Amino acid sequence: MFRLVTLFITLCCANAAYAAGMIDDPVLTMIKIDQLEVGDDDNSAWDAQAWLGKDLSKLWFKTEGELNNSDVEKAEVQLLYSRAIAPYWDAQIGWRHDIKPEPNRNWLALGVQGLAPYFFETDVALFVGEDGNINLRGQLEYELMLSQKWVLSPEVEVNIFSKNDAGVGIGSGLSEISAGLRLRYEIKREFAPYIGVEWGKRFGQTADFAQQEGESDSSVSWLAGLRFWF
Amino acid sequence: MTKHSNYLATPITRRRFVLGTSSVIAGAALTWPNLAASTDQEIRTPELRGQNFNLDIDYQVVNFTGKNRIATTVNGSLPAPILRWKQGEKVTLKVTNHLASDSSIHWHGMILPTNMDGVPGLSFAGIKPGATFEYQFDVQQSGTYWYHSHSGFQEQTGIYGAIVITPAQPDPIQCDRDYVVILSDWTDEDPSDVYAKLKKQSHYYNRHERTAADTWAEIKDKGVTQTWRERKMWNQMRMSDRDISDVNGTTYTFLMNGQTPEQGWTGLFNKGEKVRLRFINAAAMTLFDVRIPNVKMTVVAADGQNIEPVTIDDFRIGVAETYDVIVEPEADKAHTIIAQAIDRTGFAYGVLTSDMNMKAELPELDPSPILTMADMGMNHDGMTDMDEMSMMDISEHMEHQMDHSMHMAMASEMGSGKAGFGSDEAIKHKQTEFGPQVDMRAEMPMYKLNDPGIGLRDHATRYGRKVLTYGDLRNLYQTPDLREPEREIQLHLTGNMARYMWSIDGVKYADAEPIILKYGERVRFTLVNDTMMNHPMHLHGMWSDLETGDGERIPRKHTIIVQPGSKVSYLVTADARGRWAYHCHLMFHMLSMFREVRVI
Repeated sequence: MFRLVTLFITLCCANAAYAAGMIDDPVLTMIKIDQLEVGDDDNSAWDAQAWLGKDLSKLWFKTEGELNNSDVEKAEVQLLYSRAIAPYWDAQIGWRHDIKPEPNRNWLALGVQGLAPYFFETDVALFVGEDGNINLRGQLEYELMLSQKWVLSPEVEVNIFSKNDAGVGIGSGLSEISAGLRLRYEIKREFAPYIGVEWGKRFGQTADFAQQEGESDSSVSWLAGLRFWF
Repeated sequence: MTKHSNYLATPITRRRFVLGTSSVIAGAALTWPNLAASTDQEIRTPELRGQNFNLDIDYQVVNFTGKNRIATTVNGSLPAPILRWKQGEKVTLKVTNHLASDSSIHWHGMILPTNMDGVPGLSFAGIKPGATFEYQFDVQQSGTYWYHSHSGFQEQTGIYGAIVITPAQPDPIQCDRDYVVILSDWTDEDPSDVYAKLKKQSHYYNRHERTAADTWAEIKDKGVTQTWRERKMWNQMRMSDRDISDVNGTTYTFLMNGQTPEQGWTGLFNKGEKVRLRFINAAAMTLFDVRIPNVKMTVVAADGQNIEPVTIDDFRIGVAETYDVIVEPEADKAHTIIAQAIDRTGFAYGVLTSDMNMKAELPELDPSPILTMADMGMNHDGMTDMDEMSMMDISEHMEHQMDHSMHMAMASEMGSGKAGFGSDEAIKHKQTEFGPQVDMRAEMPMYKLNDPGIGLRDHATRYGRKVLTYGDLRNLYQTPDLREPEREIQLHLTGNMARYMWSIDGVKYADAEPIILKYGERVRFTLVNDTMMNHPMHLHGMWSDLETGDGERIPRKHTIIVQPGSKVSYLVTADARGRWAYHCHLMFHMLSMFREVRVI
């Protein structure tokens, strides 16, 4: 991993060009914690991304997960190569690793991330698992500026699987839909506390698996969190 | 106060702080925080005159916002000392770099040999830390120019100053007072952090974004259908009509002669005097709209070159442009000089007064401008799609435009692309313009020579104020090179706002081949702006003869604003061999919206 990053930086730098003594396209890093939140049901969650790279090509890291009390119930990381393919779109390819629930699952990740017309932040990915399972995931987010500081942000995520995976409680077909609504206040661009509500529903076999575990197939939680980047 | 009627057209006020030509070190500097306009001392930028100059580039602690910051300065002064030269003389400037990084000085607008132009990588290797570079060249021209670092982001952090050149012949512009008014923008942030932030979130500094309240107000005003129709195109394009200035008053403090708006710069005059104000926009990223309420300004020179005097109320000054104006303010009154940032997020401020104790009133800022589809270079079909909206919102300037496009159409029918009348060639988007690095292409860019630009278009109807346009510029003298252009180079200014990438024809400098000019040829450059930002384009080493519709009196400029979604044409005589820089003068665009022009 470290070697990969080093190699990437070297490649970027070797390519660095100078416009009258200035680098127009420096290698930058961005770390963005979109969601770091606690809910009223003792659940907490995170959703973060980080990238390293230049205008058109980046190494991209994504992670999301959920905790119940202090037990990690779900945790996922993705390491991707991201390449700009259109003014508002990046194509991404890489590896997704589900740390929790156990047993671990590994996936090949193929995705497109960007800004759709009407300013919808979009992330659509196809994950191909080791066991041949295919997961199609779509995420949409919108930012409604109520004022220059208050932002209301609805988002929705849909997961579809091609096969059952009883080991981790996944059923084939439409598995899960979640939708959130968060209201944040940008103290500065980089730092915004928020409150919100998250609704989730499991469907089909996934819902059955959940019920067997004694979990509900739907949930609503009120939450408070922080969004920050640097 | 001596009246000057001879060629010494630069009277020196008694209090002016004149420094000799010997080596002057930081001692001459201003002390920063405690200079207020209310003191009875006029605040003066140091001046150096003669033929030999020692300029020392070093770090300097400054305080514009209440916080100490490190600036980079020349001789400890921000702005750098005013250099006073005489046309026809040879000047020698020893520039010593005391910084820890490379530095350079570029003499903006000066006609000189390419190895004296001060662009690292093209003219020379730059000035290494601790090294001294000796610039030497003949001063061929007269008027108002300026100098600045061409290395890193040093211009943003303070390395810029005025050059005032006395003409060898009697100056046709007579005045009793002569002031340099240098406008700039200061940020407490490290400019490389600003650049990084823009790359991460391009609207980072925009705090005038469209909100739900704006949309609600529009729905109440125009109804749902009409509002939807108007929003549709912007939403489909994923662009914001509030995107005026990438970096603005959110981080910038705007300076006039190095003075913050709280301090204010003061220029004194006596009753009945004619005052020449030499405005220089030395900002990194800010176009300014300048006005002296209730005082008519007569513009007598643009980019150092004399023009036929034109009397106006407001003018827009692009980054790196200069305008000389003559004013005859009423005595026993304090007159505000206000230079509003193009997006109205702040202003630079000064006072012209005959009495130091008088206070000037600060006028209200104009409303923040909002872009229209015409600023995106949309064609008429696109506009009919938009219905009355375009016509209602922008009827005023559309009339202007129509007039002008008709005028240009007639001109090109009559002149058929003749020198002074602009291009009649078709607009072509090269293949390189299609890709992730370019987010829009103007479908029907028009000449906007009679369009004062975004935020100024309604000034004539709303306030009865005449705003300077490029169409008003006519050279005071006959066009020196009356030849027809032998060929035309069409270049498109391109970018991707969201990714904060800038380029020419979709190709950034690092990947571009030089533009080759044949020594002696007369060539037309037509610039098409495929972005929604104004780009002040600067060609080094040769004049840009701006085609405003009169081949006999073509104004000569070194920096030309290309308005959003529009085009502009100018003629260049390739009379200077060597490698020259050609770029957008907005600091954070310039790194990639840049070309080498090689004259062989």
